[in-house]
Amino acid sequence: MSTSETMSEAPILSLTGIVKTFPGVRALDGVELEVLAGEVHCLLGQNGAGKSTLIKVLAGVHRPDAGSMVWRGEEVSFNSPLAATKAGISTIYQELDLVDELTVAENIFLGHEQAAGGFIRRGQMRAGAKAVLDRLGHGDIPATRKVGKLPAAAKQIVSMGRALSHDAQLLVMDEPSAVLAHDEVANLFRVIRDLTSRGIAVIYITHRLEEIREIGDRVTVLKDGRTSAVNLPARSTGTDQLVSRMTGRTIEYIFPARTERAEAPAGPPLLEVVDLSRAGEFVDVSLTVRAGEIVGIAGLVGSGRSELLETIYGARPAQSGEVRLDGRRLPPGRVPAAVRSGLGLAPEERKSQALILEDPIYRNITLATFAHHARGGITRASLEQTVAAEIADDLALQPRGVRRPVKTLSGGNQQKVVLGRWLLDPAVEPGSGAARRRASRGTRLLLLDEPTRGVDVGARADLYRVIRRLADEGMGVLMVSSEVPEVLGLADRVLVMREGRVLREAPAAELDEETVLDLVMAGSLLEVDSP
Amino acid sequence: MTEPVDVADHRPAGPGPADRGWSFSQWFRADASEPVRRNLGLVIVLIVLYAIGAWSRPDIFLHADRLWSNELTVLTLASSIGVVAIGMTFVIISGGIDLSVGALLALASVWSTTVATQSYGAATMVLAALLVGTIAGVVNGTLIAYGRMAPFIATLAMMVAARGLAQKISGKTTQVVSVHAITDIAQRKVLGLPLLVVIFGVVAVLAWVLLNRTTFGRRSAAIGGNGEAARLAGINVRRTQVLIYALSGLCCGIAAIMVTAQANSGSSDHGNLYELQAIAAVIIGGTALAGGRGTIVGSVLGVLVFTQITNLFIVNNLAIEYQLIAQGVIIVAAVLVQQFRVSSLRRGPA
Ligand SMILES: Nc1ncnc2c1ncn2[C@@H]1O[C@H](COP(=O)(O)OP(=O)(O)OP(=O)(O)O)[C@@H](O)[C@H]1O
Ligand SMILES: [Mg+2]
Repeated sequence: MSTSETMSEAPILSLTGIVKTFPGVRALDGVELEVLAGEVHCLLGQNGAGKSTLIKVLAGVHRPDAGSMVWRGEEVSFNSPLAATKAGISTIYQELDLVDELTVAENIFLGHEQAAGGFIRRGQMRAGAKAVLDRLGHGDIPATRKVGKLPAAAKQIVSMGRALSHDAQLLVMDEPSAVLAHDEVANLFRVIRDLTSRGIAVIYITHRLEEIREIGDRVTVLKDGRTSAVNLPARSTGTDQLVSRMTGRTIEYIFPARTERAEAPAGPPLLEVVDLSRAGEFVDVSLTVRAGEIVGIAGLVGSGRSELLETIYGARPAQSGEVRLDGRRLPPGRVPAAVRSGLGLAPEERKSQALILEDPIYRNITLATFAHHARGGITRASLEQTVAAEIADDLALQPRGVRRPVKTLSGGNQQKVVLGRWLLDPAVEPGSGAARRRASRGTRLLLLDEPTRGVDVGARADLYRVIRRLADEGMGVLMVSSEVPEVLGLADRVLVMREGRVLREAPAAELDEETVLDLVMAGSLLEVDSP
Repeated sequence: MTEPVDVADHRPAGPGPADRGWSFSQWFRADASEPVRRNLGLVIVLIVLYAIGAWSRPDIFLHADRLWSNELTVLTLASSIGVVAIGMTFVIISGGIDLSVGALLALASVWSTTVATQSYGAATMVLAALLVGTIAGVVNGTLIAYGRMAPFIATLAMMVAARGLAQKISGKTTQVVSVHAITDIAQRKVLGLPLLVVIFGVVAVLAWVLLNRTTFGRRSAAIGGNGEAARLAGINVRRTQVLIYALSGLCCGIAAIMVTAQANSGSSDHGNLYELQAIAAVIIGGTALAGGRGTIVGSVLGVLVFTQITNLFIVNNLAIEYQLIAQGVIIVAAVLVQQFRVSSLRRGPA
């Protein structure tokens, strides 16, 4: 399945028959890819299809078991990431690979520091970093700030800056938009157009199909480690066709229906947040979530959304105001107490905040509940594996088997593990089915920070269904997402936040994307709190 | 979404500790065999050491009786440092370090052998040693967890202060033990094994259970694996940290009694350089210095390797200097072998 319109030009990169196996998994099984100079080539595929593995082969991180790689007319094989970078291929990985303890400038020039006679030229590096950040439209990120102190989206910008700081002929981006809000994506596209107009090729991976039409030229689709379509024209291929190429079936990409109820769900609020504040993050936020209700928070990165969730959860101490669950006040800054009362948080950054990468999947799923599964302080590994496997099935985790290290999962599947942790109800024994085991006790209020970050279309629809089902079973959900359609589609009620304040609260049905974006957009794009 | 990934070599799905169709080579590549793979390097080093023994002192190493009694000597020699290394294993798995173990051992030994303590009898002496070690460990843990001090700094301070306090209490003199029940510990045999070795064994088994089968062990590993994830999953990180350092202190207290019994005296010089030996044993035992993973079996083997080297030098009448050099070489060699084994097996057959 290829179009002939662009075949006249010689491709800058062509991969044929690429095979890569990991113990027990054939991640790539004969993949083809052809990229032209100056094009944006989109790579599509479900979670675990092999996209990240393919670009890691390209970037010299993995050695392929078989296949050939022709780069600018020559057969090449990169045995290190450095070799690929030197050849002009620069990569932004899906999982951020920044060093938290180094400054923004040091991270951008990591591995190719500007030095004279072995001495690092700090001034020059700072200026260089500033120039790169300016080009990305983010001169506001201080080059001397430690990266660990930056919010997630700013980190993404820094890692893009690093890729740009090399003089690349091909820029590979693995889900760069997953953490970015609407306006940031527009910004990213501006940068990409600027690159392609200078003849630089871009490989762009995303799960947001609408982005492909906006920025892409051609599309290659991976399915289960094989190419299921190559060089589809991005603008004229229908979404349904892309989805069926990816999944082998058609998925109606829709949100589950809201439960029919008389206006707001009745009953007293499950969660009450009263005048909660933290200096520099958010001011006097009040909100309620009822049992069975999904409340969404829309807002840009830097609007204080994630900080708000973490403060409700007790991971950051509130400076004023209070959080009540079932009318009982939660002690501020005490996560164990919050979890005991039935709160759960799926944090924004799965790698640094949620997962123990070396540990098996099941131990990650039961990280919050293993003590409940234990008898008299003795953990029960086989019980944990059984309940974790049920959750994994429920979320269609791929590949199956819960004893592999979680780091061998694809990004989207790791995200499912993060969510799965809070779907476990420790109170009920296994065998009664994961679905029914939940709402009785255990987690009663779920805080979700970007729950579908990096999750493919099919799995996303599944997750929406799971979240809605949890709510129907009586759980309260407070959710943050950069994707306005997701907030509007999934939530019953929406809060719009900007610069740490709630601007508007309304039932989702009364808002549309335009209105929310207008509210959200005014003001600074990416707040970086002062030191 | 629900159809299985179409891959050639697909592992059986589903839970349960025993996947269908057990075969050694498969098991050896699976995660469950990890402790064994991890410790293979040490087992090889131990075998090499025995081979050297057989070559240099065939009269000992090739005689079952003499080898047995020599190995009992080695185990006895290893017992007190072994107990300390087991406590250290928990600390390092949780991402910390405890530099104060040698000093805590000295302090516990001195405290339990003052004239006043001895006058209350053996039980009180034992209790005093265990309490002193544990309380000092709690102080370490509190400084680290609630005072947010780096473990290196907090326990370095404790190391200096505890050794100083031990010298103050003892007046730098050796406090001879006159309570028979204590010195008896070093002499007594249980089922043909020295009591000291039995204590070491019991502590190792309990520690194995604690690390691998209890919520406390799970929390310790989670904190070392990813502290922020553990905290956000609702684990009480600080309380666990205090308990971990308390456990390390308790192990120092136990070891203090063992050393005191062997030396027939309490002294502020006991446990000298134990921190370095314990850390080295834990590291060559395969515990990641960055935390998250580690095994009790590895630490025990690590201690045995060190002690076996010492023993080889003693039976061959070689000078102590060579022994230190050899230990340095062994640390490097063992770690290299471990890394080689783990990484080559990780990749598996292509
Ligand atoms: N280091 C590894 N060891 C073992 N298996 C791995 C490893 N890395 C990836 N895999 C497996 O290879 C397959 C492809 O993973 P990959 O990360 O390329 O998926 P992806 O297409 O990028 O998915 P996503 O959209 O979720 O990021 C998955 O089944 C994954 O579990
Ligand atoms: Mg990926």
